Amino acid sequence: MGAKTDRPAPSSVEDERKRLAEAGYLADESAALVSFLAERLDKPVLVEGPAGVGKTELAKAVARATGRPLVRLQCYEGLDEAKALYEWNYRKQLLHIQARAAADEGAGESAENEIFGEGFLLERPLLTAIASGEPVVLLIDEIDKTDQEFEAMLLEVLSEFQISIPELGPVEATTQPLVFLTSNDSRELTEALKRRCLYLWIDYPSRERELEIVRLHVPDLDPKLAGKMVDVIQEIRELDLKKPPSLSESIDWARTLLLIGADDIDRETLEQSLSIIVKHRTDIDLIAERVAVKLSGPETNGQTG
Amino acid sequence: MASSLAPGLLSFFEDLRAEGVAIGTSEILDSFSAIDQIDWTDKEDFREALAATVAKSQEDRRVFDLVFDRYFFRATEQGALEMDLGEGEQNRHQGSNRIDLDQLRDAIREAIVEGRDGEMSDLAQLAIAAFGPQGERSGVIGVDVQRIRRELELNTGGTDPARLDPDAVRKFEKHLRRELERDSIERAGKLPPAKPLAELDRSLPGSPTQDLAAVHKAVTQLKRRIATLGHEQRGRRRSQTVDVRRTMRASLETGGVPLNLRYRNRRPRRPEIFVCCDVSTSVSSSSVFFLSVLHALHDSFRKLRSFVFIERISEITEIFEQERDFRKISEKITSHGGVADISGYTDYGRVWLEFEEMIRDDLGPRSTVIVLGDARANGRDPHAEAFGKLAERAGHTYWLNPEPKLYWNYGDSVMRAYEDRCDGAFECWTTKHLESFVNLIAADPASTRR
Repeated sequence: MGAKTDRPAPSSVEDERKRLAEAGYLADESAALVSFLAERLDKPVLVEGPAGVGKTELAKAVARATGRPLVRLQCYEGLDEAKALYEWNYRKQLLHIQARAAADEGAGESAENEIFGEGFLLERPLLTAIASGEPVVLLIDEIDKTDQEFEAMLLEVLSEFQISIPELGPVEATTQPLVFLTSNDSRELTEALKRRCLYLWIDYPSRERELEIVRLHVPDLDPKLAGKMVDVIQEIRELDLKKPPSLSESIDWARTLLLIGADDIDRETLEQSLSIIVKHRTDIDLIAERVAVKLSGPETNGQTG
Repeated sequence: MASSLAPGLLSFFEDLRAEGVAIGTSEILDSFSAIDQIDWTDKEDFREALAATVAKSQEDRRVFDLVFDRYFFRATEQGALEMDLGEGEQNRHQGSNRIDLDQLRDAIREAIVEGRDGEMSDLAQLAIAAFGPQGERSGVIGVDVQRIRRELELNTGGTDPARLDPDAVRKFEKHLRRELERDSIERAGKLPPAKPLAELDRSLPGSPTQDLAAVHKAVTQLKRRIATLGHEQRGRRRSQTVDVRRTMRASLETGGVPLNLRYRNRRPRRPEIFVCCDVSTSVSSSSVFFLSVLHALHDSFRKLRSFVFIERISEITEIFEQERDFRKISEKITSHGGVADISGYTDYGRVWLEFEEMIRDDLGPRSTVIVLGDARANGRDPHAEAFGKLAERAGHTYWLNPEPKLYWNYGDSVMRAYEDRCDGAFECWTTKHLESFVNLIAADPASTRR
């Protein structure tokens, strides 16, 4: 990945959209514009939206389009600085001291200086992104899963692009990383964080866009079948489901249809492959009741609970 | 940036602030530099660039779109008036005699079906010219819109095979409304005073299912917090107990001196939750809210048993497991709940006695009891000691009261008798309260741990 050189920033929104499309991501107007602005203004982007609409994928596509390596920090509850920023390699430090003691040099002052050198530092994603010699795309995934304290710590990183390590002094970014934060909106993020970011909301795609995306990812699927599949998906999203099928699930479904060699979506096909798009029993029942009956095809037994 | 743009933008931001969108100076600066980067003569790019830098949540974005439309519509009209650029009555409705009405109907219908936004405003103008002659205007734009819509036969309901998607028709109505507004501005020669956004426009499209979504969100947080609490504690090694056996074994390495202490692993708790929900008439307004809380809880917790009570208590766990649709659930509960005996007044005392009998064997230190009720005992014996016994047996007891704290203990409310016996009692009549309840439990792990 490092072989590629960093490409110059896009010249226009249209240019950015083309570059993303080349990287395999069909961006809508706002997504293209915001990632364009992010590259031009060096601002972090906060991407929100329901699960599985391509938030993470956008960051990956930007990484591909710009030829930058992607550094990913997956957030979870209880994530702390040691796992996000850096950690001292304690074992290596101990070994080093022991080795010196064995060589009978004693653990003098110089040893102390040595063991707090960069060689003993375990870089975690945030430090990797900042200390990297070449510009990177930093993806902080599912930021809403962390605590507010962690968010506050991020502020320094996002606005100054530097990390202070007490033993070494501050580490400053030599190149500006492109930062994407994604959130499923399960918690309201703090104003301070939002203030520093550009905001992008990605929603479920429209019928046309979804069709385009499915065709892009599963080009072998019969266009007519793909059209019908997207129609069914769009109709299913209208229902009051626990978890509506996401874009990634509809791509999975398209792949499944191709694999089982379906030539039409009838009732039987839908019921057989329903578990690909919805993952709750009650949802499956509801779809069988509302959508499947509209499709043509033989009656199957025991489809409803 | 064209410097002439700045004052206009600033007053636009001023409008946004007036509608409650918090915009800081840094965001204004951001938006200026963003506009520098784009071709701001493209309306969509311009709008998106402003939105990305200024509107930082979905609600903000919604308000932003409304204010954006309003502000720039007014600005354009103001400009037109100042420069005297009226299209002229004749000019504007020229050719209305030549329009074939049926053809126009078809054209509009087609544009709506295919969602061609660009054509709609022209078509709306034609429709106004054709179907809303000057003399018949009611003067109220909403009435005119509906009248024109009727004339155009744009049906959205019923079983009519030619009915249209309501959302698409609404879009067309928006164009109609705008064109009518422009008409009246042009005729009056001045702008009407700016109206603040109606509360209804501003909030997300409201409906019971929307509220349900908000409740779901709060409960998802609750679920996540509870699920991970154990892990967090383990990570911080707080108040851990020494595992003597493992410490002794580890001490063999160091010649029997226990240098390294081994700790007992803490197992994350699987909460068992019992929820009791009052569904009597005194809380009927809030019981819909509570039922939706219950509904949401059921999606989130496996080991959850729910009960409803009025005079007697009845378990409804099964109903929630079988039914998905919220409306059906509330119907079923009212029809088969079997909770009202004679009077329909809540009898808390009797409920506790029955509840204790029902779950005596299942209640333990790992269980959490959550009561949703107003504690209005209708003058009957509250049997607080029976409730106290329940609370003692259970690991935790929380009471969520749908009444504001101010009303507690007034009239026949016996909240005080129960309040002291709970780990916490909270007022809970909006999703905000529900969220703060969640936060409170989450912020103080000691209260959920024993």
